[in-house]
Amino acid sequence: MKMKISKGSPWRQPLALVGISILAFWIILAIFAPLIAPFDPLAQDSDALMNPNHLHWLGTDSVGRDIFSRIIYGARISLPLAILLVFLSIIVGSIIGGLAGYFGGWIDSTLMRFADIVLAFPGIILAMAVSAALGPQLRNAVLAVVLVAWPTYARLVRSLILSSKDSDYVTASRLLGSSTRRTLLVDLRPNISGSVLVLGALEAGNGLLLLSGLSFLGLGAQPPSAEWGAMVSAGANNFEKWWIGIFPGIAILTAVLAFNFIGDTLRDALDPRTAKALRN
Amino acid sequence: MPLLDVENLTVTLATSSGSAQAVRNLSFSLDEGEIIGIAGESGSGKTMTALSLMRLLPHKGFATGSIKFSGKDLLAQTNRAYRDIRGNQIAMIFQDPMTSLHPMIKIETQLTEHIRHHKKISQESAHLKALELLDTVKIPDPASALEAMPKQFSGGMRQRIAIAIALACDPKLLIADEPTTALDVTVQAGILRLLDQLRREKNLAVMVITHDLGVLSSLTDRIMIMYAGSEVESGLTSDLLKNPRHPYTKGLISALPTSSISGKKLLTIEGMPPELGQIPSGCAFHPRCAYAKTSCESQIPTSISISTKHRIFCPVNPLVSS
Amino acid sequence: MQQIKKSKNLTLAGNMSAKVSSSFAKFIYKRIAVGLLMMIGITFVAFAVTQVVPGDPAAVNLGQSAMSNPEIVARWRAEYGLDKPVPEQYMRYISKVLQGDLGISQHSRRPVSEDLAEYFPATIEIALVAIIFSIIIGFSLGILSAMTRDRLPDQLIRVLSLTGVSMPTFWTSLVVFYIFFFKLGWFPGTGRLDPGGDEPTHLTGLYTIDALVHGQFSIAWIALKHLALPAIVLATYTIGVLTRFTRASVLEILGNDYVRSARAKGLPEWLVIKRHVLRPALLSIITVAGVAFGGLLSGSVLVENVFSWPGLGQYAFKSAIALDLPGIMGVSIVVAGVFIIMNLIVDFLYRIIDPNLRSE
Repeated sequence: MKMKISKGSPWRQPLALVGISILAFWIILAIFAPLIAPFDPLAQDSDALMNPNHLHWLGTDSVGRDIFSRIIYGARISLPLAILLVFLSIIVGSIIGGLAGYFGGWIDSTLMRFADIVLAFPGIILAMAVSAALGPQLRNAVLAVVLVAWPTYARLVRSLILSSKDSDYVTASRLLGSSTRRTLLVDLRPNISGSVLVLGALEAGNGLLLLSGLSFLGLGAQPPSAEWGAMVSAGANNFEKWWIGIFPGIAILTAVLAFNFIGDTLRDALDPRTAKALRN
Repeated sequence: MPLLDVENLTVTLATSSGSAQAVRNLSFSLDEGEIIGIAGESGSGKTMTALSLMRLLPHKGFATGSIKFSGKDLLAQTNRAYRDIRGNQIAMIFQDPMTSLHPMIKIETQLTEHIRHHKKISQESAHLKALELLDTVKIPDPASALEAMPKQFSGGMRQRIAIAIALACDPKLLIADEPTTALDVTVQAGILRLLDQLRREKNLAVMVITHDLGVLSSLTDRIMIMYAGSEVESGLTSDLLKNPRHPYTKGLISALPTSSISGKKLLTIEGMPPELGQIPSGCAFHPRCAYAKTSCESQIPTSISISTKHRIFCPVNPLVSS
Repeated sequence: MQQIKKSKNLTLAGNMSAKVSSSFAKFIYKRIAVGLLMMIGITFVAFAVTQVVPGDPAAVNLGQSAMSNPEIVARWRAEYGLDKPVPEQYMRYISKVLQGDLGISQHSRRPVSEDLAEYFPATIEIALVAIIFSIIIGFSLGILSAMTRDRLPDQLIRVLSLTGVSMPTFWTSLVVFYIFFFKLGWFPGTGRLDPGGDEPTHLTGLYTIDALVHGQFSIAWIALKHLALPAIVLATYTIGVLTRFTRASVLEILGNDYVRSARAKGLPEWLVIKRHVLRPALLSIITVAGVAFGGLLSGSVLVENVFSWPGLGQYAFKSAIALDLPGIMGVSIVVAGVFIIMNLIVDFLYRIIDPNLRSE
């Protein structure tokens, strides 16, 4: 399972470039939010429900907050959380998938049946139950999404380990006296991390969709947070004022699109067998 | 006029690091009823030569030069016009009979779909033709074989069916790409005998591609040896095998297990053939050649005649051996 | 995917019929056994998740004043069996389920089975329309994309399908709702029928089908108009997934030796695709479509929320925020059931598509 990201070429493909540009745009907005945003995202000091105008480019919401400024500040919530989600899911998934793939036997079948069950469950229903039970907070929604997301990584890591476990270089390193743990961490990891990161890029968008979906349902970020999903929810309660919900949704769409553009291009650059493992 | 006349064929393929030439300036011809063998290591461009005749090059690959078949330039045909030649006048069988037949389509359909398409005949006459074809390639019980699925046959049987499919429209030229490589040794001889018999009975021209000179010795009239996309030597089979002149051909022949039986040491050629897109300058073989001179690094070899039909592409070696 | 046995000699199909029926029955039993295990697994996970988390259903379902009265709380807990140890609760629950009793919902105060019978068909109706839609569009776009690989149509379809999987369903619902209901008025707003409109005579719970069967064409038309927007929104994600997947698997199949053989025969490209590519492509696509159907149930939670569609997603949502264990478990069981049935359908379709499986 060699990574074939050849000579940086996937990064130069137009789709990946668009993705990177969108992401860079949001990251800059997030970092410099206080400088860029014309208003305080939580201040209710303008007229409520104003149409988009020269002062409030994207209008104001039902309590008079500037939607443009809220979207900019929202990037400070959604982007780091998308990365965090992927990071936590990779850790959980790699540990479980790694144990399953390395030890095999009953450990493997128990862990993988568990992963199958979680995968068979519609993600949002499980996440909703967990988030509701833990208490509707953004932090708990993140945990709920991780709980739903890890099996995809676990399955990938397991299949990569199984296919490289018997390869010559791992056998060689074990013959040279490396311990099991060392083999897992040192010899297998570099071969697997590339594919897992591509999956991470592909799954970051899904994670963001699920997380903002939970916030939309009131099971994640709570008012007055400028989280994008929660803002769309405010728009749904006031759908005649289209700008309240439509603009934050576009923010979600572009961010998810950016992750998917990058992930999809990277996947195509992988060798076909790994790419296939990622697709299933 | 030869049946097939290839001139200056160059095949360019797309790779991850740009385009690369898999076949370079290849010229050869083939008469009706003649069998030519094309041999070389894997990556020497022999399969790409065949695929460019069939116009089946991989995605983003293209061929330049000219391929004249019965006087028509194949490369100049439109796709539509070419499809009337492909499978009809030129047919091909592939290396692995386990994968070249469609696993989900019954034999009769696979055997008759192109007959019906090219010859516009009825289902009944196609059925009769199919029975006859299976009989020609010696499949037992052709009637029930037509109803069967590919997985019900062994590798050797499948290759016979693939040959039957190729012969279905009575082509003038058959291209066989490593027809026996994937088969058991015992089965190989049968397939080779079948090809030889078909050539004699049907005046079929055959182009056999292989890495195994042993396969060619008993079957072919002429042999062409390829290295890194170019011809290095060609000649009548007996001439070339008994009196090889190019250092690469000599290497290939002395590497044959049969030549070691006679007591000589089994030789191998040092080094590896070049990767696609990394073909050395001058004579592509010079880094591995025991006779190489400094001029070989820059001079692209031209054809030198040894005798009628025997030629080599090496300016050094004729001098060495004479 | 399929088992291809290498039979070295020529064995032809003969007196297969008896063998087929017994092996098919065995296969069905095996499938159902696996499905039941899955069902137990899913209910177990759902049960475990609601137990290990700190939320208190009593606090959610009883008001502040009732919570301050320990007697009321205790009586409430006893009513729902929450005073028993957790393993006992689970065993009691499972044994009741086996008798067909899913318990009483804490938030609707009705039997969960009645609730599900009412809500589930509404979701199945939009999910079925959405999956049919997705398969037709996704399959066609995917094939077109693969056939025009790296050229303009392929690039466009790639961007479109990636956009499809990137759109937040709840937002798409809102956009579509605003444009086609509020601005243009082309489609009715929320719910399954017009407010105060007659329900069709009950048969399946799928309003369009019930109405058509009973000849109530005007109701069928109304139900269909209500169905259109949520079903289309629900399909966007799945269309994207199926398009990308179809493209990938068609490209993989096009690279197969047997397709090269078909081309070597000089067949026109459409015939190569139709006869040699479509069948194996369908095999891999129905597998993904089966999985995607489960994904539609996920999507329905958000779509139903915006369109006030009285379906399983809404019910799951209400159960979740009420920490209503019987409700959540009921939804889980339905989900597991859908999973089992989907697998059966996929296996069944495999046998129709692949002649090699038919005679085994």
